[in-house]
Amino acid sequence: MNQFTSVHVFYLLQAARWTLLLSLIALMGGGVLGLVLALGRVSRSRILRGLATTYIQVVQGTPLLVLLFLSYFGLSLAGYRLDPLIAAGLSLTFYVGAFLGEIWRGCIEAVPRTQWEASDCLGLSRFQQYTHVILPQAVRIATAPTVGFMVQVVKNTSLASIIGFVELTRAGQIVNNSTFQPFLVFLFVAAIYFAICYPLSVASRILERRLHVAR
Amino acid sequence: MVREAQGAMAYKFDFSFLADRWPAFLEGAWLTIQLTVVAIVLGFVVGTVCAVLRVYGGGVLRRLVGAYVEMIRNTPLLVQIFIVYFGLASLGLKLGAELSAIIALVINVGAYTTEIMRAGIESIGRTQLEAADCLGLTRFQTVVHIVLLPAMERVFPALSSQFVLLMLASSVTSQISAEELTAVANVIQSDTYRSFEVYIVVAVVYLALSFLYRFGFWLIGQLLFVRRRRLGTAI
Repeated sequence: MNQFTSVHVFYLLQAARWTLLLSLIALMGGGVLGLVLALGRVSRSRILRGLATTYIQVVQGTPLLVLLFLSYFGLSLAGYRLDPLIAAGLSLTFYVGAFLGEIWRGCIEAVPRTQWEASDCLGLSRFQQYTHVILPQAVRIATAPTVGFMVQVVKNTSLASIIGFVELTRAGQIVNNSTFQPFLVFLFVAAIYFAICYPLSVASRILERRLHVAR
Repeated sequence: MVREAQGAMAYKFDFSFLADRWPAFLEGAWLTIQLTVVAIVLGFVVGTVCAVLRVYGGGVLRRLVGAYVEMIRNTPLLVQIFIVYFGLASLGLKLGAELSAIIALVINVGAYTTEIMRAGIESIGRTQLEAADCLGLTRFQTVVHIVLLPAMERVFPALSSQFVLLMLASSVTSQISAEELTAVANVIQSDTYRSFEVYIVVAVVYLALSFLYRFGFWLIGQLLFVRRRRLGTAI
């Protein structure tokens, strides 16, 4: 039987890079989608509002694991080669987008009404109001909860292991299959996740405190 | 690629497996409900006790609870489940899949509940505690009779959405062969090769469950917080 050695440690650390990459893909894709959804949620058009709301309700009411299976098998139906990275990136994008959309809607709505009214009086168009007045302020409010949500994203990439993408958790399973020391291996895997997520949690808390002091 | 894409256009959805497999979906959903209700109730108790210790406990207890919360909130549920199921088994403690799933879910939701309830408890005004002191209530009586219910009322929306998220996250326990809804789907899709349709059905069932849970929590809120105050107003 193999012992859990520095080779395994190195292997797990290398796999952690894929966890980071997947998190990055999910954040970028989900960020773009989330911005569209957030703007849809506060849009003046009832149809856009309804569409964005429905999307968020449906995705937030479905487990990420099921979304993962849907995009994994759905991609193959659409005639594309099954690639776990693409399937995982896609479903995480859908998932992260729904949550960021809802978080950012709150941040946009948290910008005081008077800012809208003042920019109206200055004759800014709706687009100018967003780009010059509302969004810059909303971004400030959004920083802390967004960084906090990044922790969820990193943790949720662990589900990609289930469709066979070799990120940190899957690498842990592989190491465990050769060493048969699940307690040690998965504790070590958990420790790597902790090392990634804890600084984000702390950063989110500090940002939140700073925002409240600034007020 | 183009030809394949055209093939996809012609793809015919086939939900015929539902005709004889629908009881399996219901059984899976029922096990999901059982697993998560037990986990939510126990996790709420664990979390509330931890939150009280975190706010009113001594330095050591406070730090211990803090470490528990940070450890759980910064690691994935899937890895926690693996540690409980495979890890404990390798140390000689063999638990069944369902029991392991419940333990992992309780530990997980307990940590989130601690953090949410802590916010609730800390939001209770000093004057409430001082008034309870004047009435000669002990610390324990103050917490139980004065603090907990209004604290819970304040954070109830956050609590219930956390619990709905837990219900959805319980799909992960299919990975240690707890026979809940997602595991049932995995079996059926490997029997029928209708993977896309099977997971659409499961997604719809989860969606229905999450609406059911939200309605349930709304009902509990109505029954528990009889004062019918608007949430967020001063207590």
